[in-house]
Amino acid sequence: MKASPFFILAGLATLAFTLAVKLEPEAAGWTQGQNSGNFLGLMFGDGRKLLANQFFTMADVYFHSGYYPSIFDKNSSEQKEIISASHGKKETEEDEKNEDFLGRPKDWIDAFGRNFKITTHTHLEHGNEREILPWLRLAADLDPHKIDTFTVGAFFLRDHLNRPDQAEAFLREGLRQNPDSAELLFELGRFYNDSAHEVDRARNVWELGVRKFLQASPADQKEDKLIFEEIVVHLAYLEEQSGNYAQAINWFRAAQKVSPNPGALEAQIVEIQKKISAKQP
Amino acid sequence: MNKIFAVAGVVIKELYRRKDFYVLFVLTALLTFAAGAVNFFHDEKIIRYVKDVCLLLIWVCSLVIAIVTTARQIPAEREARTIFPLLAKPVSRWEVIVGKFLGCWLATGIALVVFYFFFAVIASSREHTWPLATYLQAAWMQWSLLAIVIAMVMLGSIYFAAPSSTSTISFILVAGMMLVGGHLNKIALQQPEPMQSVLAVIYFIMPHLEWYYLSDFVVYNMGSVPWVKIVAATLYAAAWTGFFLVLAWVGFRHKNLTT
Repeated sequence: MKASPFFILAGLATLAFTLAVKLEPEAAGWTQGQNSGNFLGLMFGDGRKLLANQFFTMADVYFHSGYYPSIFDKNSSEQKEIISASHGKKETEEDEKNEDFLGRPKDWIDAFGRNFKITTHTHLEHGNEREILPWLRLAADLDPHKIDTFTVGAFFLRDHLNRPDQAEAFLREGLRQNPDSAELLFELGRFYNDSAHEVDRARNVWELGVRKFLQASPADQKEDKLIFEEIVVHLAYLEEQSGNYAQAINWFRAAQKVSPNPGALEAQIVEIQKKISAKQP
Repeated sequence: MNKIFAVAGVVIKELYRRKDFYVLFVLTALLTFAAGAVNFFHDEKIIRYVKDVCLLLIWVCSLVIAIVTTARQIPAEREARTIFPLLAKPVSRWEVIVGKFLGCWLATGIALVVFYFFFAVIASSREHTWPLATYLQAAWMQWSLLAIVIAMVMLGSIYFAAPSSTSTISFILVAGMMLVGGHLNKIALQQPEPMQSVLAVIYFIMPHLEWYYLSDFVVYNMGSVPWVKIVAATLYAAAWTGFFLVLAWVGFRHKNLTT
């Protein structure tokens, strides 16, 4: 029996259509609820987390305009400066010295070769910080559970590039992927408090951050201790500025439990208590 | 000298008759346009990643053109048996080697001019500046590096059996020298003897190709390198190129072309 090629084609097309209809609903479950529309995620599978880390590092490389230690240099595993910058850390002279990973030239080849690579430690400024954004965007697409990507991106968008709308959208995107992240809620609260000047929303978001922290496992709580401290200290200042002194003291007391420097917070409490006494007739 | 230029002219004609360069250029242009078309946070001033992608493609493509073109020169002449009528003319084996080298080097130079012009147009379309000295240095240093690579591949094509093996080994060597070469001294210090001494010796006797990668200066707008250093690096490249060419000539002089 000789089958017509048209029949074979029609048969194959029917089979393909039937399989597509049968498998499509099941295929949605294979990704275990993750965003199957993420092309990069589908392309690279779990290997995308490695790429995401690499892209995040690229953002730091760009932030330093190429002056960056390789895996063969001594400072290669230090914390990325874009993260410390986003946490408000200002660089000291000692930090600068520590970041001189090149040291003195080891031989004439090393000395001559330095003419052809970037050997000055600089940071992007005057709006050029925008150049790190593509790498953060790619890192966020590849690993949406890497919180630092969203906080760093939002920080630079808000503080350096004057793009609060984009910062909020990026943080909201991070929150959709990581609804229990206290760090993202802290950053969102900062956006409402510092940029949007919406005190009530900031308070609500930070209070939600505190609740998320308290609901987390002990191991996660230990890891996020600093974030918790930052949230409650910000809440305390917010309440103090709003005139809710008693609540401000409560937040400072909560911060003292996790703070490495509870004495400084005690001084703040004493200051507020003085204000309360001054107010009372 | 005219004989060398005559041999070189044939190689250049071969490059523009073949499709390699056109395909690689179109691929570079397409990937660069695709990278540039992506919108990140609605900011149209972002450009450095596009420059980075474009320069990376230029480096890869120019190395592919240089290595693949050079690796097949002598073996193709032998296989097609055109080497015999060529050597029957008043052309010495040294002139064949130098002519082939010059042809490949000039051909990659022409390709580099086209690539860098494209790059400059793309970069200036967003940055609105023409840092010509930086571009010129980057292109010149890349071309100097390609001279060493082409001479090295020419040497390999004399000794290795097939162009494919020459190309593969050359790619591995060039990538290794560029990525690890500058760090071998640091790696050596962490190794026990005798590996420490072996790596240190390799570090001092190998050609340091990593010097010729000036893309970071272009991507991050970090100005240009002092011209004196560029001249010194050029002389270093000329020395290594001459060394490889002499070795290739020595091998080719004693080569039995009938087997």
